[in-house]
Amino acid sequence: MTLSVDVTRTMGGFTLAAAFTGTDGVTALFGRSGAGKTTLVNMIAGLARPDRGLVRLNDAVLVDTGHGIDLPAHRRRVGYVFQEGRLFPHLSVRHNLAYGERRARRRERWGSFGDVVDLLGIAGLLDRRPADLSGGEKQRVAIGRALLASPRLLLMDEPLASLDAQRKAEILPYIERLRDDMKLPIVYVSHAVEEVARLADTLVLLADGKVAAAGSVNDVFARLELRPLTGQFEASVVLTARIIANDAAGGTTVLDHPGGRLSVALLPQPTGARARLRVRARDVALAIGPIGNLSIRNRLAGTVAEIAGSGPVVEVRLDIAGEPLIARVTREAARALDLKIGQPVTALIKSTAFDRLDDFA
Amino acid sequence: MFDALTPAEWAAIGLSLRVATLAALASLPFGVAIAYLLARGRFPGHAVVDGIVHLPLVMPPVVTGYLLLLAFGRHGPVGMFLERAFGIVVVFRWTGAVIAAMVMGFPLMVRAMRLSFEAADVRLEAAAATLGAGRATVFATITLPLALPGILAGTVLSFARALGEFGATITFVGNIPGATQTIPTAIYSAIQTPGGELAALRLTVIAVAVAFLALLLSGTLARRAARRVLGR
Repeated sequence: MTLSVDVTRTMGGFTLAAAFTGTDGVTALFGRSGAGKTTLVNMIAGLARPDRGLVRLNDAVLVDTGHGIDLPAHRRRVGYVFQEGRLFPHLSVRHNLAYGERRARRRERWGSFGDVVDLLGIAGLLDRRPADLSGGEKQRVAIGRALLASPRLLLMDEPLASLDAQRKAEILPYIERLRDDMKLPIVYVSHAVEEVARLADTLVLLADGKVAAAGSVNDVFARLELRPLTGQFEASVVLTARIIANDAAGGTTVLDHPGGRLSVALLPQPTGARARLRVRARDVALAIGPIGNLSIRNRLAGTVAEIAGSGPVVEVRLDIAGEPLIARVTREAARALDLKIGQPVTALIKSTAFDRLDDFA
Repeated sequence: MFDALTPAEWAAIGLSLRVATLAALASLPFGVAIAYLLARGRFPGHAVVDGIVHLPLVMPPVVTGYLLLLAFGRHGPVGMFLERAFGIVVVFRWTGAVIAAMVMGFPLMVRAMRLSFEAADVRLEAAAATLGAGRATVFATITLPLALPGILAGTVLSFARALGEFGATITFVGNIPGATQTIPTAIYSAIQTPGGELAALRLTVIAVAVAFLALLLSGTLARRAARRVLGR
Protein backbone atom coordinates (compact mmCIF):
# COMPACT_ATOMS: atom_id res chain seq x y z
CA MET A 1 0.00 0.00 0.00
CA THR A 2 1.21 3.46 -0.80
CA LEU A 3 -0.73 6.50 0.27
CA SER A 4 0.60 9.81 -0.88
CA VAL A 5 -0.91 13.06 0.31
CA ASP A 6 0.09 16.56 -0.71
CA VAL A 7 -2.61 19.08 0.08
CA THR A 8 -3.18 22.69 1.06
CA ARG A 9 -6.27 24.31 2.48
CA THR A 10 -6.88 27.65 4.15
CA MET A 11 -9.59 27.91 6.79
CA GLY A 12 -9.94 31.32 8.35
CA GLY A 13 -6.43 32.31 9.41
CA PHE A 14 -5.20 28.72 9.53
CA THR A 15 -3.35 27.19 6.62
CA LEU A 16 -2.90 23.46 6.33
CA ALA A 17 -0.11 22.60 3.93
CA ALA A 18 1.01 19.03 4.40
CA ALA A 19 2.66 16.34 2.36
CA PHE A 20 3.47 12.82 3.51
CA THR A 21 3.57 9.23 2.37
CA GLY A 22 2.11 6.29 4.20
CA THR A 23 3.05 2.66 3.65
CA ASP A 24 1.93 -0.69 5.02
CA GLY A 25 1.49 -0.89 8.76
CA VAL A 26 0.41 2.01 10.91
CA THR A 27 1.19 5.58 9.92
CA ALA A 28 0.58 7.91 12.82
CA LEU A 29 -0.45 11.53 12.33
CA PHE A 30 0.80 12.99 15.55
CA GLY A 31 0.52 16.46 16.97
CA ARG A 32 -1.31 18.71 19.36
CA SER A 33 -4.98 19.53 18.95
CA GLY A 34 -5.42 22.16 16.28
CA ALA A 35 -2.42 20.95 14.31
CA GLY A 36 -4.66 19.93 11.41
CA LYS A 37 -4.68 16.16 11.94
CA THR A 38 -8.42 15.62 11.60
CA THR A 39 -8.73 17.90 8.57
CA LEU A 40 -5.99 15.90 6.91
CA VAL A 41 -7.69 12.52 7.44
CA ASN A 42 -11.01 14.03 6.39
CA MET A 43 -9.37 14.91 3.09
CA ILE A 44 -8.20 11.32 2.67
CA ALA A 45 -11.72 10.09 3.47
CA GLY A 46 -13.43 12.57 1.15
CA LEU A 47 -15.19 14.44 3.95
CA ALA A 48 -13.15 17.61 3.42
CA ARG A 49 -11.85 19.10 0.21
CA PRO A 50 -8.39 20.59 -0.22
CA ASP A 51 -8.03 23.95 -1.97
CA ARG A 52 -5.22 22.40 -3.95
CA GLY A 53 -3.57 19.06 -3.90
CA LEU A 54 -3.27 15.41 -4.63
CA VAL A 55 -4.28 12.29 -2.73
CA ARG A 56 -3.34 8.93 -4.18
CA LEU A 57 -3.93 5.44 -2.82
CA ASN A 58 -1.88 2.84 -4.69
CA ASP A 59 -2.83 3.38 -8.34
CA ALA A 60 -6.08 5.19 -7.57
CA VAL A 61 -6.25 8.96 -7.65
CA LEU A 62 -8.67 10.05 -4.93
CA VAL A 63 -8.10 13.78 -5.29
CA ASP A 64 -6.34 15.75 -8.00
CA THR A 65 -7.51 19.35 -7.97
CA GLY A 66 -5.38 20.10 -11.01
CA HIS A 67 -7.51 17.71 -13.05
CA GLY A 68 -10.76 18.36 -11.23
CA ILE A 69 -10.81 14.90 -9.64
CA ASP A 70 -12.48 14.57 -6.24
CA LEU A 71 -13.83 11.06 -5.76
CA PRO A 72 -16.88 11.14 -3.47
CA ALA A 73 -16.39 9.56 -0.04
CA HIS A 74 -18.70 6.64 -0.73
CA ARG A 75 -16.62 5.50 -3.69
CA ARG A 76 -13.17 5.72 -2.05
CA ARG A 77 -13.21 2.45 -0.07
CA VAL A 78 -11.44 4.23 2.75
CA GLY A 79 -12.70 3.15 6.17
CA TYR A 80 -13.02 5.64 9.01
CA VAL A 81 -13.24 5.07 12.75
CA PHE A 82 -14.25 8.32 14.41
CA GLN A 83 -13.30 9.50 17.86
CA GLU A 84 -16.91 9.44 19.00
CA GLY A 85 -17.83 6.20 17.22
CA ARG A 86 -20.75 7.65 15.29
CA LEU A 87 -22.80 4.48 15.46
CA PHE A 88 -26.26 4.88 13.96
CA PRO A 89 -28.57 5.24 16.98
CA HIS A 90 -31.66 3.95 15.17
CA LEU A 91 -30.03 0.66 14.14
CA SER A 92 -29.04 -2.37 16.19
CA VAL A 93 -25.37 -3.35 16.46
CA ARG A 94 -26.01 -6.06 13.86
CA HIS A 95 -27.44 -3.57 11.37
CA ASN A 96 -24.71 -1.04 12.11
CA LEU A 97 -22.13 -3.70 11.27
CA ALA A 98 -23.97 -4.78 8.13
CA TYR A 99 -24.40 -1.21 6.88
CA GLY A 100 -21.09 -1.01 5.05
CA GLU A 101 -20.93 -4.72 4.24
CA ARG A 102 -24.15 -4.56 2.20
CA ARG A 103 -22.70 -1.75 0.14
CA ALA A 104 -19.32 -3.32 -0.58
CA ARG A 105 -18.96 -5.06 -3.92
CA ARG A 106 -18.92 -8.81 -3.49
CA ARG A 107 -15.58 -9.33 -5.22
CA GLU A 108 -13.96 -6.59 -3.16
CA ARG A 109 -15.00 -8.00 0.21
CA TRP A 110 -12.20 -9.43 2.31
CA GLY A 111 -13.66 -10.02 5.75
CA SER A 112 -16.64 -12.16 6.69
CA PHE A 113 -19.22 -10.98 9.22
CA GLY A 114 -18.46 -13.89 11.55
CA ASP A 115 -14.70 -13.40 11.41
CA VAL A 116 -14.90 -9.69 12.19
CA VAL A 117 -17.39 -10.25 15.01
CA ASP A 118 -15.07 -12.88 16.50
CA LEU A 119 -11.96 -10.78 16.03
CA LEU A 120 -13.51 -7.90 17.96
CA GLY A 121 -15.34 -10.01 20.52
CA ILE A 122 -18.73 -8.42 19.87
CA ALA A 123 -20.86 -11.51 19.23
CA GLY A 124 -22.78 -10.88 22.45
CA LEU A 125 -23.71 -7.33 21.48
CA LEU A 126 -25.37 -7.92 18.11
CA ASP A 127 -28.96 -7.37 19.20
CA ARG A 128 -28.28 -4.32 21.35
CA ARG A 129 -28.75 -0.68 20.46
CA PRO A 130 -25.76 1.71 20.48
CA ALA A 131 -27.31 3.57 23.43
CA ASP A 132 -26.91 0.41 25.53
CA LEU A 133 -23.18 -0.04 24.85
CA SER A 134 -20.22 1.09 26.94
CA GLY A 135 -17.64 3.42 25.39
CA GLY A 136 -15.22 0.58 24.70
CA GLU A 137 -17.92 -1.60 23.16
CA LYS A 138 -19.04 1.25 20.92
CA GLN A 139 -15.52 1.68 19.56
CA ARG A 140 -15.14 -2.03 18.87
CA VAL A 141 -18.43 -2.02 16.97
CA ALA A 142 -17.33 1.10 15.09
CA ILE A 143 -14.10 -0.67 14.10
CA GLY A 144 -16.06 -3.73 12.98
CA ARG A 145 -18.45 -1.61 10.95
CA ALA A 146 -15.55 0.06 9.16
CA LEU A 147 -13.82 -3.29 8.50
CA LEU A 148 -16.91 -4.94 7.04
CA ALA A 149 -17.08 -2.28 4.33
CA SER A 150 -13.82 -3.90 3.12
CA PRO A 151 -11.72 -0.74 2.96
CA ARG A 152 -8.34 -0.54 1.27
CA LEU A 153 -7.13 1.74 4.03
CA LEU A 154 -8.44 2.43 7.52
CA LEU A 155 -8.41 5.90 9.06
CA MET A 156 -8.65 6.11 12.83
CA ASP A 157 -9.13 9.56 14.34
CA GLU A 158 -8.22 9.40 18.03
CA PRO A 159 -10.34 6.29 18.48
CA LEU A 160 -9.30 5.96 22.13
CA ALA A 161 -9.38 9.62 23.17
CA SER A 162 -12.79 9.46 24.83
CA LEU A 163 -12.05 6.26 26.76
CA ASP A 164 -10.56 5.78 30.20
CA ALA A 165 -7.26 3.92 30.70
CA GLN A 166 -8.93 0.56 31.23
CA ARG A 167 -11.02 0.83 28.04
CA LYS A 168 -7.96 1.91 26.08
CA ALA A 169 -6.13 -1.19 27.22
CA GLU A 170 -9.18 -3.19 26.12
CA ILE A 171 -9.16 -1.81 22.56
CA LEU A 172 -5.44 -1.60 21.77
CA PRO A 173 -4.90 -5.35 21.26
CA TYR A 174 -7.67 -5.33 18.64
CA ILE A 175 -5.99 -2.54 16.72
CA GLU A 176 -2.74 -4.49 16.88
CA ARG A 177 -4.51 -7.47 15.38
CA LEU A 178 -5.69 -5.37 12.45
CA ARG A 179 -2.11 -4.30 11.89
CA ASP A 180 -0.43 -7.69 12.41
CA ASP A 181 -3.02 -10.31 11.46
CA MET A 182 -5.17 -8.58 8.86
CA LYS A 183 -2.28 -6.56 7.39
CA LEU A 184 -4.62 -3.61 7.00
CA PRO A 185 -2.85 -0.31 6.34
CA ILE A 186 -3.93 2.20 8.96
CA VAL A 187 -3.57 5.97 9.30
CA TYR A 188 -3.83 6.64 13.01
CA VAL A 189 -4.43 10.11 14.39
CA SER A 190 -3.37 10.69 17.97
CA HIS A 191 -1.77 13.08 20.37
CA ALA A 192 -0.92 10.35 22.89
CA VAL A 193 2.73 9.31 22.88
CA GLU A 194 2.07 5.87 24.37
CA GLU A 195 -0.51 4.91 21.73
CA VAL A 196 1.68 6.03 18.89
CA ALA A 197 4.80 4.40 20.32
CA ARG A 198 2.94 1.14 20.69
CA LEU A 199 1.07 1.05 17.39
CA ALA A 200 2.83 3.06 14.75
CA ASP A 201 5.64 2.21 12.36
CA THR A 202 5.82 5.56 10.60
CA LEU A 203 5.22 8.87 12.32
CA VAL A 204 4.19 12.14 10.70
CA LEU A 205 4.57 14.98 13.17
CA LEU A 206 2.19 17.86 12.47
CA ALA A 207 2.53 21.31 13.94
CA ASP A 208 0.50 24.38 12.94
CA GLY A 209 -0.75 22.74 9.77
CA LYS A 210 2.67 21.68 8.56
CA VAL A 211 4.67 18.48 8.63
CA ALA A 212 7.43 19.18 11.15
CA ALA A 213 9.02 15.75 10.76
CA ALA A 214 8.31 12.35 9.28
CA GLY A 215 10.06 9.02 9.59
CA SER A 216 10.17 5.92 11.73
CA VAL A 217 8.61 6.34 15.17
CA ASN A 218 11.94 5.65 16.87
CA ASP A 219 13.79 8.28 14.91
CA VAL A 220 11.24 11.05 15.24
CA PHE A 221 10.70 10.54 18.95
CA ALA A 222 14.47 10.46 19.52
CA ARG A 223 15.09 13.78 17.80
CA LEU A 224 15.79 16.16 20.62
CA GLU A 225 14.79 19.35 18.81
CA LEU A 226 11.30 17.94 18.25
CA ARG A 227 10.66 17.38 21.93
CA PRO A 228 8.64 20.60 22.36
CA LEU A 229 6.40 19.47 19.47
CA THR A 230 5.99 15.84 20.45
CA GLY A 231 5.13 17.12 23.92
CA GLN A 232 6.56 14.09 25.64
CA PHE A 233 6.59 14.40 29.37
CA GLU A 234 10.10 13.08 29.43
CA ALA A 235 12.55 11.98 26.76
CA SER A 236 12.47 8.33 25.82
CA VAL A 237 13.02 6.11 22.84
CA VAL A 238 11.15 3.10 21.57
CA LEU A 239 13.21 0.04 20.74
CA THR A 240 11.97 -2.79 18.59
CA ALA A 241 14.01 -5.95 18.99
CA ARG A 242 13.69 -9.67 18.35
CA ILE A 243 13.56 -12.08 21.28
CA ILE A 244 16.36 -14.65 21.03
CA ALA A 245 15.99 -16.39 24.38
CA ASN A 246 13.54 -16.58 27.26
CA ASP A 247 14.92 -17.80 30.59
CA ALA A 248 11.81 -18.40 32.63
CA ALA A 249 13.75 -19.79 35.59
CA GLY A 250 16.13 -16.83 35.72
CA GLY A 251 13.33 -14.38 34.92
CA THR A 252 15.04 -12.75 31.96
CA THR A 253 14.57 -12.37 28.24
CA VAL A 254 17.43 -11.72 25.86
CA LEU A 255 16.84 -9.58 22.80
CA ASP A 256 18.90 -8.93 19.73
CA HIS A 257 19.58 -5.24 19.20
CA PRO A 258 21.91 -3.82 16.53
CA GLY A 259 24.06 -2.32 19.29
CA GLY A 260 24.38 -5.59 21.19
CA ARG A 261 22.34 -8.01 23.25
CA LEU A 262 19.76 -6.66 25.66
CA SER A 263 18.78 -8.45 28.83
CA VAL A 264 15.40 -7.43 30.22
CA ALA A 265 12.85 -8.75 32.72
CA LEU A 266 11.03 -11.79 31.30
CA LEU A 267 8.61 -10.90 28.47
CA PRO A 268 5.42 -12.82 27.65
CA GLN A 269 6.15 -13.16 23.92
CA PRO A 270 7.76 -16.33 22.54
CA THR A 271 11.28 -16.60 21.18
CA GLY A 272 11.52 -15.08 17.70
CA ALA A 273 8.76 -12.52 18.31
CA ARG A 274 9.42 -8.81 18.11
CA ALA A 275 8.94 -6.78 21.25
CA ARG A 276 8.52 -3.02 21.63
CA LEU A 277 10.23 -1.53 24.62
CA ARG A 278 10.58 2.00 25.84
CA VAL A 279 13.68 3.32 27.57
CA ARG A 280 13.44 6.63 29.39
CA ALA A 281 16.39 8.97 28.99
CA ARG A 282 16.87 9.28 32.75
CA ASP A 283 17.47 5.50 32.97
CA VAL A 284 20.39 5.61 30.56
CA ALA A 285 23.88 6.21 31.97
CA LEU A 286 26.99 6.98 29.92
CA ALA A 287 30.52 5.68 30.23
CA ILE A 288 33.72 6.39 28.34
CA GLY A 289 36.53 3.87 28.09
CA PRO A 290 36.66 0.41 29.64
CA ILE A 291 34.04 -0.57 32.19
CA GLY A 292 34.94 -2.62 35.20
CA ASN A 293 32.70 -4.92 37.22
CA LEU A 294 29.19 -3.56 37.24
CA SER A 295 25.77 -5.04 37.90
CA ILE A 296 24.39 -3.39 34.78
CA ARG A 297 24.28 -6.02 32.04
CA ASN A 298 23.13 -3.91 29.12
CA ARG A 299 26.07 -2.12 27.57
CA LEU A 300 25.53 -0.65 24.13
CA ALA A 301 28.39 0.91 22.23
CA GLY A 302 27.68 3.99 20.15
CA THR A 303 28.64 7.57 19.45
CA VAL A 304 27.33 10.94 20.60
CA ALA A 305 25.05 12.38 17.90
CA GLU A 306 23.57 15.44 19.56
CA ILE A 307 23.68 17.31 22.85
CA ALA A 308 20.70 19.50 23.76
CA GLY A 309 19.53 21.52 26.71
CA SER A 310 20.72 24.66 28.41
CA GLY A 311 19.59 24.01 31.99
CA PRO A 312 21.27 21.96 34.71
CA VAL A 313 20.27 18.79 32.82
CA VAL A 314 21.21 17.98 29.22
CA GLU A 315 19.93 15.33 26.88
CA VAL A 316 22.40 13.38 24.80
CA ARG A 317 21.21 11.55 21.69
CA LEU A 318 23.33 8.56 20.85
CA ASP A 319 23.72 6.65 17.63
CA ILE A 320 23.82 2.96 18.56
CA ALA A 321 24.61 1.16 15.30
CA GLY A 322 22.04 3.33 13.53
CA GLU A 323 19.40 3.14 16.27
CA PRO A 324 18.71 6.16 18.47
CA LEU A 325 18.97 6.25 22.25
CA ILE A 326 18.68 9.27 24.55
CA ALA A 327 20.56 9.71 27.83
CA ARG A 328 19.66 12.39 30.35
CA VAL A 329 22.64 13.52 32.40
CA THR A 330 23.56 16.57 34.46
CA ARG A 331 25.52 19.34 32.82
CA GLU A 332 28.24 18.60 35.37
CA ALA A 333 28.44 14.94 34.30
CA ALA A 334 28.58 15.93 30.63
CA ARG A 335 31.48 18.27 31.40
CA ALA A 336 33.29 15.66 33.49
CA LEU A 337 33.01 13.14 30.64
CA ASP A 338 33.93 15.88 28.17
CA LEU A 339 31.16 14.74 25.81
CA LYS A 340 31.52 15.85 22.16
CA ILE A 341 29.66 15.07 18.99
CA GLY A 342 31.06 11.91 17.39
CA GLN A 343 32.69 10.67 20.57
CA PRO A 344 32.46 6.90 21.21
CA VAL A 345 30.56 6.11 24.42
CA THR A 346 28.94 3.14 26.10
CA ALA A 347 25.31 3.42 27.17
CA LEU A 348 24.43 1.53 30.33
CA ILE A 349 20.82 0.50 30.96
CA LYS A 350 19.52 -1.54 33.91
CA SER A 351 17.46 -4.59 32.91
CA THR A 352 14.53 -3.31 34.92
CA ALA A 353 14.46 0.04 33.12
CA PHE A 354 12.70 -1.28 30.01
CA ASP A 355 8.96 -0.60 29.84
CA ARG A 356 6.94 -3.10 27.90
CA LEU A 357 4.79 -1.21 25.45
CA ASP A 358 2.15 -3.88 25.14
CA ASP A 359 0.76 -3.65 28.64
CA PHE A 360 0.59 0.02 29.41
CA ALA A 361 -2.88 1.14 30.23
CA MET B 1 -76.51 12.97 22.48
CA PHE B 2 -75.13 11.41 19.30
CA ASP B 3 -78.66 10.28 18.42
CA ALA B 4 -79.52 13.91 18.25
CA LEU B 5 -77.01 14.65 15.48
CA THR B 6 -78.65 15.50 12.21
CA PRO B 7 -77.50 13.84 8.99
CA ALA B 8 -75.94 17.17 7.95
CA GLU B 9 -73.94 17.29 11.18
CA TRP B 10 -72.74 13.71 10.68
CA ALA B 11 -71.72 14.68 7.16
CA ALA B 12 -69.76 17.66 8.48
CA ILE B 13 -67.87 15.46 10.95
CA GLY B 14 -67.10 12.85 8.30
CA LEU B 15 -65.98 15.48 5.82
CA SER B 16 -63.76 17.21 8.40
CA LEU B 17 -61.96 13.95 9.18
CA ARG B 18 -61.66 13.02 5.51
CA VAL B 19 -60.36 16.45 4.51
CA ALA B 20 -57.87 16.60 7.38
CA THR B 21 -56.54 13.08 6.75
CA LEU B 22 -56.16 13.59 3.02
CA ALA B 23 -54.62 17.04 3.45
CA ALA B 24 -52.01 15.74 5.91
CA LEU B 25 -51.11 12.73 3.76
CA ALA B 26 -51.04 14.64 0.48
CA SER B 27 -48.82 17.37 2.00
CA LEU B 28 -46.39 14.83 3.45
CA PRO B 29 -44.05 14.32 0.43
CA PHE B 30 -44.03 18.04 -0.40
CA GLY B 31 -43.45 18.90 3.25
CA VAL B 32 -40.49 16.51 3.55
CA ALA B 33 -38.94 17.80 0.32
CA ILE B 34 -39.32 21.50 1.15
CA ALA B 35 -38.25 21.03 4.78
CA TYR B 36 -35.11 19.15 3.73
CA LEU B 37 -34.35 21.77 1.09
CA LEU B 38 -34.72 24.60 3.61
CA ALA B 39 -32.77 22.77 6.33
CA ARG B 40 -29.83 21.67 4.20
CA GLY B 41 -29.97 23.50 0.88
CA ARG B 42 -27.72 26.46 0.17
CA PHE B 43 -29.17 28.09 -2.90
CA PRO B 44 -30.12 31.56 -4.10
CA GLY B 45 -33.71 32.34 -3.25
CA HIS B 46 -33.61 30.33 -0.02
CA ALA B 47 -35.23 33.21 1.86
CA VAL B 48 -37.89 33.62 -0.84
CA VAL B 49 -38.93 29.95 -0.67
CA ASP B 50 -38.96 30.20 3.12
CA GLY B 51 -41.17 33.29 2.90
CA ILE B 52 -43.66 31.79 0.44
CA VAL B 53 -44.04 28.66 2.60
CA HIS B 54 -44.77 30.80 5.65
CA LEU B 55 -47.16 33.27 3.97
CA PRO B 56 -50.38 31.37 4.82
CA LEU B 57 -49.35 31.50 8.48
CA VAL B 58 -49.32 35.30 8.58
CA MET B 59 -51.87 36.32 5.93
CA PRO B 60 -55.52 36.57 6.91
CA PRO B 61 -57.03 33.15 5.98
CA VAL B 62 -59.67 34.90 3.91
CA VAL B 63 -56.88 36.28 1.72
CA THR B 64 -55.45 32.81 1.21
CA GLY B 65 -58.95 31.56 0.39
CA TYR B 66 -59.54 34.35 -2.09
CA LEU B 67 -56.16 33.77 -3.78
CA LEU B 68 -57.04 30.07 -4.08
CA LEU B 69 -60.37 31.07 -5.59
CA LEU B 70 -58.58 33.27 -8.13
CA ALA B 71 -56.09 30.52 -9.02
CA PHE B 72 -58.34 27.43 -8.86
CA GLY B 73 -61.63 29.05 -9.86
CA ARG B 74 -63.18 28.04 -13.17
CA HIS B 75 -61.64 31.11 -14.76
CA GLY B 76 -58.39 30.94 -12.82
CA PRO B 77 -55.25 29.62 -14.59
CA VAL B 78 -54.91 26.46 -12.52
CA GLY B 79 -58.64 25.84 -12.36
CA MET B 80 -59.03 26.14 -16.14
CA PHE B 81 -56.12 23.80 -16.73
CA LEU B 82 -57.47 21.17 -14.32
CA GLU B 83 -60.94 21.31 -15.84
CA ARG B 84 -59.75 21.16 -19.47
CA ALA B 85 -57.05 18.52 -18.97
CA PHE B 86 -58.70 16.25 -16.42
CA GLY B 87 -62.26 17.48 -16.05
CA ILE B 88 -61.57 18.24 -12.40
CA VAL B 89 -63.33 21.10 -10.66
CA VAL B 90 -62.22 21.87 -7.10
CA VAL B 91 -63.92 25.16 -6.34
CA PHE B 92 -67.02 24.70 -4.16
CA ARG B 93 -66.22 20.95 -3.94
CA TRP B 94 -64.84 19.01 -0.98
CA THR B 95 -61.60 18.46 -2.90
CA GLY B 96 -61.13 22.24 -2.74
CA ALA B 97 -61.41 22.02 1.04
CA VAL B 98 -58.49 19.56 0.97
CA ILE B 99 -56.41 22.04 -1.05
CA ALA B 100 -57.27 24.88 1.34
CA ALA B 101 -56.35 22.72 4.33
CA MET B 102 -53.07 21.66 2.69
CA VAL B 103 -52.03 25.25 2.06
CA MET B 104 -53.00 26.44 5.53
CA GLY B 105 -51.30 23.54 7.33
CA PHE B 106 -48.16 23.54 5.18
CA PRO B 107 -46.12 26.14 7.14
CA LEU B 108 -46.68 24.26 10.41
CA MET B 109 -45.76 20.96 8.80
CA VAL B 110 -42.58 22.35 7.22
CA ARG B 111 -41.47 24.05 10.44
CA ALA B 112 -41.63 20.86 12.49
CA MET B 113 -39.92 18.78 9.80
CA ARG B 114 -37.27 21.37 9.13
CA LEU B 115 -36.26 21.46 12.79
CA SER B 116 -35.82 17.71 12.86
CA PHE B 117 -33.77 17.73 9.65
CA GLU B 118 -31.58 20.43 11.14
CA ALA B 119 -31.16 18.30 14.27
CA ALA B 120 -30.30 15.13 12.32
CA ASP B 121 -26.55 14.73 12.86
CA VAL B 122 -24.59 15.41 9.67
CA ARG B 123 -21.66 13.57 11.22
CA LEU B 124 -23.69 10.35 11.06
CA GLU B 125 -24.35 11.08 7.40
CA ALA B 126 -20.61 11.51 6.84
CA ALA B 127 -20.00 8.18 8.59
CA ALA B 128 -22.53 6.52 6.28
CA ALA B 129 -20.75 7.97 3.25
CA THR B 130 -17.42 6.44 4.35
CA LEU B 131 -19.26 3.11 4.51
CA GLY B 132 -20.15 3.34 0.83
CA ALA B 133 -23.57 4.98 0.92
CA GLY B 134 -24.32 7.56 -1.80
CA ARG B 135 -26.41 10.66 -1.15
CA ALA B 136 -29.80 9.11 -1.84
CA THR B 137 -29.01 6.06 0.31
CA VAL B 138 -27.77 8.26 3.13
CA PHE B 139 -31.03 10.23 2.98
CA ALA B 140 -33.22 7.13 2.98
CA THR B 141 -31.33 5.12 5.60
CA ILE B 142 -29.95 7.78 7.97
CA THR B 143 -31.46 11.25 7.56
CA LEU B 144 -35.09 10.23 7.13
CA PRO B 145 -35.20 7.79 10.08
CA LEU B 146 -33.43 10.32 12.32
CA ALA B 147 -35.93 13.00 11.33
CA LEU B 148 -38.92 10.68 11.80
CA PRO B 149 -40.19 12.18 15.08
CA GLY B 150 -40.35 15.63 13.48
CA ILE B 151 -41.95 14.27 10.32
CA LEU B 152 -44.69 12.62 12.38
CA ALA B 153 -45.16 15.76 14.48
CA GLY B 154 -45.44 17.88 11.32
CA THR B 155 -48.01 15.54 9.84
CA VAL B 156 -50.14 15.60 12.98
CA LEU B 157 -49.88 19.41 13.14
CA SER B 158 -51.06 19.65 9.55
CA PHE B 159 -53.97 17.30 10.36
CA ALA B 160 -54.93 19.35 13.41
CA ARG B 161 -54.70 22.62 11.50
CA ALA B 162 -56.94 21.15 8.80
CA LEU B 163 -59.59 20.20 11.37
CA GLY B 164 -59.75 23.80 12.50
CA GLU B 165 -59.56 25.41 9.07
CA PHE B 166 -62.29 27.99 8.59
CA GLY B 167 -61.45 31.21 6.79
CA ALA B 168 -59.76 29.93 3.68
CA THR B 169 -62.20 27.03 3.38
CA ILE B 170 -65.39 29.10 3.58
CA THR B 171 -63.96 31.62 1.11
CA PHE B 172 -62.73 29.02 -1.37
CA VAL B 173 -65.38 26.26 -1.26
CA GLY B 174 -68.21 27.84 0.67
CA ASN B 175 -70.36 26.23 3.35
CA ILE B 176 -72.69 23.79 1.58
CA PRO B 177 -74.25 21.26 3.99
CA GLY B 178 -73.45 17.71 2.88
CA ALA B 179 -70.96 18.92 0.27
CA THR B 180 -68.38 21.34 1.64
CA GLN B 181 -69.54 21.94 5.19
CA THR B 182 -66.93 20.97 7.82
CA ILE B 183 -67.23 21.05 11.62
CA PRO B 184 -66.07 24.69 11.96
CA THR B 185 -68.30 25.98 9.16
CA ALA B 186 -71.22 23.92 10.51
CA ILE B 187 -70.75 25.51 13.93
CA TYR B 188 -70.67 28.92 12.27
CA SER B 189 -73.96 28.17 10.45
CA ALA B 190 -75.58 26.88 13.63
CA ILE B 191 -74.65 30.02 15.53
CA GLN B 192 -76.08 32.16 12.73
CA THR B 193 -79.35 30.20 12.81
CA PRO B 194 -82.00 31.20 15.41
CA GLY B 195 -82.36 28.30 17.89
CA GLY B 196 -79.14 26.66 16.70
CA GLU B 197 -77.28 27.04 20.00
CA LEU B 198 -77.71 23.40 20.97
CA ALA B 199 -76.43 22.19 17.61
CA ALA B 200 -73.43 24.52 17.91
CA LEU B 201 -72.72 23.10 21.37
CA ARG B 202 -72.94 19.49 20.20
CA LEU B 203 -70.48 20.13 17.39
CA THR B 204 -68.21 22.08 19.72
CA VAL B 205 -67.99 19.12 22.11
CA ILE B 206 -67.12 16.87 19.18
CA ALA B 207 -64.51 19.34 17.91
CA VAL B 208 -62.86 19.46 21.33
CA ALA B 209 -62.88 15.65 21.61
CA VAL B 210 -61.39 15.11 18.13
CA ALA B 211 -58.70 17.73 18.74
CA PHE B 212 -57.80 16.17 22.08
CA LEU B 213 -57.58 12.67 20.60
CA ALA B 214 -55.34 13.99 17.83
CA LEU B 215 -53.02 15.52 20.42
CA LEU B 216 -52.87 12.29 22.45
CA LEU B 217 -52.12 10.28 19.32
CA SER B 218 -49.38 12.64 18.20
CA GLY B 219 -47.78 12.54 21.64
CA THR B 220 -47.73 8.73 21.65
CA LEU B 221 -46.39 8.57 18.10
CA ALA B 222 -43.66 11.11 18.82
CA ARG B 223 -42.53 9.27 21.95
CA ARG B 224 -42.45 5.96 20.13
CA ALA B 225 -40.52 7.42 17.21
CA ALA B 226 -38.01 9.12 19.50
CA ARG B 227 -37.46 5.86 21.32
CA ARG B 228 -36.90 4.04 18.05
CA VAL B 229 -34.51 6.66 16.71
CA LEU B 230 -32.48 7.12 19.87
CA GLY B 231 -32.58 3.43 20.76
CA ARG B 232 -33.84 4.17 24.25
